[in-house]
Amino acid sequence: MTKVLVWVEHDNATVKDATLAVVTAAAQLGEVTALVAGSACDAAAAAAAQIEGVARVLKADDASLANALAENVAPLVASLMADYDAFLAPATTTGKNVAPRVAALLDVMQVSDILSVEGPKTFTRPIYAGNAIATVESADAKLVITVRGTAFAKANVTGGSASVEAVGGAADAGTSTFVGSEIAKSERPELTAAKIIVSGGRALKDAETFAATITPLADKLGAAIGASRAAVDAGYVPNDYQVGQTGKIVAPEVYIAVGISGAIQHLAGMKDSKTIIAINKDEDAPIFQVADLGLVGDLFTIVPELVGKLV
Amino acid sequence: MKALVCVKRVIDYNVKPRVKADGTGVDLANVKMSMNPFDEIAVEEAIRCKEKGVVTEIVAVSVGPQKAQETLRTALAMGADRAILVQTDDEVEPLAVAKIVKGIADEEQPGLIITGKQAIDDDSNQVGQMVAALLGRPQGTFANEVAVEGDAVVVKREVDGGLETVKLALPAVVTTDLRLNEPRYASLPNIMKAKSKPLSVKTPADYGVDTAPRLKTLKVGEPPVRVAGIKVADVDALVAKLKELGVA
Ligand SMILES: Cc1cc2nc3c(=O)[nH]c(=O)nc-3n(C[C@H](O)[C@H](O)[C@H](O)COP(=O)(O)OP(=O)(O)OC[C@H]3O[C@@H](n4cnc5c(N)ncnc54)[C@H](O)[C@@H]3O)c2cc1C
Ligand SMILES: Nc1ncnc2c1ncn2[C@@H]1O[C@H](COP(=O)(O)O)[C@@H](O)[C@H]1O
Repeated sequence: MTKVLVWVEHDNATVKDATLAVVTAAAQLGEVTALVAGSACDAAAAAAAQIEGVARVLKADDASLANALAENVAPLVASLMADYDAFLAPATTTGKNVAPRVAALLDVMQVSDILSVEGPKTFTRPIYAGNAIATVESADAKLVITVRGTAFAKANVTGGSASVEAVGGAADAGTSTFVGSEIAKSERPELTAAKIIVSGGRALKDAETFAATITPLADKLGAAIGASRAAVDAGYVPNDYQVGQTGKIVAPEVYIAVGISGAIQHLAGMKDSKTIIAINKDEDAPIFQVADLGLVGDLFTIVPELVGKLV
Repeated sequence: MKALVCVKRVIDYNVKPRVKADGTGVDLANVKMSMNPFDEIAVEEAIRCKEKGVVTEIVAVSVGPQKAQETLRTALAMGADRAILVQTDDEVEPLAVAKIVKGIADEEQPGLIITGKQAIDDDSNQVGQMVAALLGRPQGTFANEVAVEGDAVVVKREVDGGLETVKLALPAVVTTDLRLNEPRYASLPNIMKAKSKPLSVKTPADYGVDTAPRLKTLKVGEPPVRVAGIKVADVDALVAKLKELGVA
């Protein structure tokens, strides 16, 4: 049976949602072992053991693994891979940082951002900003894969009862150090997990106008806030709000694009949303070609009116 | 310190790619090609490092067909000092590109290798990380800010939750994100000057790299199409629809 090692994304205490879609993809390939690499990560390992479909948890607990530095993590994963046929990680910034490094150490060509498992070595993946879908078959002895979170159902966070086994072998490569992070804490749902997203574009003018216009609507709907690249580049919102080919891939129940034109790079990140709503003053804006519902007009009158009429 | 910058010739980001009817790939005949946008940012960053005095020479590298010379000339016109084209008409996968870049790095001994975070055609997001792995050197991916400090480089990275900063011992690999800088345009005099800058042509075999693909493309198809929906007349109609959807 194919043995699959899954990268668990976590903060040493809790398992991040992105892991759950990877477990689903991994289960389609074979037996799932979850790797929790971290520092003082017992709680994360215990949580991983509960995930339905996880047969075994490997816990690598070492100070050098605290911040998932690729230089320290990749050699560990590569050595563990002696016993596995495939390594799967989420296509998050962490997964994208670590997995190709593992692949190179194993002399494997990674399959990035898979959308489906078509066979033991065959997968589909988006290319050209999702304007084409390639079906690819790997000829490598082992597989290294990143998984698009929106393409697979999330495994249940309970129902599993895997054993947790400690593994050693971690070491500090001595070439990199973690200096710090600026991670905003928000009460809002996370973009990639949200049911509703309100996204703003260049039309929102500046940071104050963006906040004053988009936030009340998002509050009314209990939505996460996203943005186009233009809005991020102009400093209206932080970089982690960017939805698109080179930002976050989202597929909420409802995606509301406000003052966003709908460039292919933006569509690449949101066109799998269940219902797309667009508010734009240009009736020919490309966003309307993918929108289920469109309202043509000035967002600065429409959005406040909408906020007022929502209970 | 020398900087090595990787540049790929790709479909221009303004062009909407079309899938070939026979399902073998994307139609690139008579399509505008340009430097991968993330690689323009990479070239720009190398130039800024040179302007700050921490880089002395910039070598631009591309793996691709003869036409990739144009992409390298663009890098030279922006401010790179010389270029290496590793010429092949085959499609070269990220792993093989990384092996070739490693081969060049072994010869050139750069202190900094800068690549884009992602090529907008294959959307792989792999080469930089792979180069770092093959060289056994640290990586600063998705860079938002880069500062060389003595024998280290401090890289602020764009991550899912915000920003993260790492300090890497040189030599190191950096991959660029969108906010790192705004690439300059090459001026006409510099485009003229670039024509006489050195550009050497090599082959993958010169670096002992086998470019045979590991991934076999069985099919390239269209994504599911979304059909345009309806336009509603006013906010009241929108509110009614939101209620139907159960979100309001
Ligand atoms: C390498 C690369 C990667 C990229 N990656 C991404 C990515 O991941 N995500 C992304 O989003 N983009 C990305 N882009 C950028 C993309 O090409 C577009 O430039 C960007 O999406 C445009 O943002 P926008 O729609 O907010 O701005 P614009 O295109 O300027 O559109 C603004 C829209 O607002 C409308 N508008 C203006 N005023 C009002 C008003 N008062 N009321 C109502 N409507 C109004 C206008 O009609 C227009 O349609 C990338 C580009 C490159 C080159
Ligand atoms: N054929 C190539 N020639 C030169 N550089 C490349 C090539 N392919 C990829 N790269 C570099 O690697 C980065 C990431 O590409 P990829 O891993 O293919 O998404 C690009 O932005 C380039 O800087």
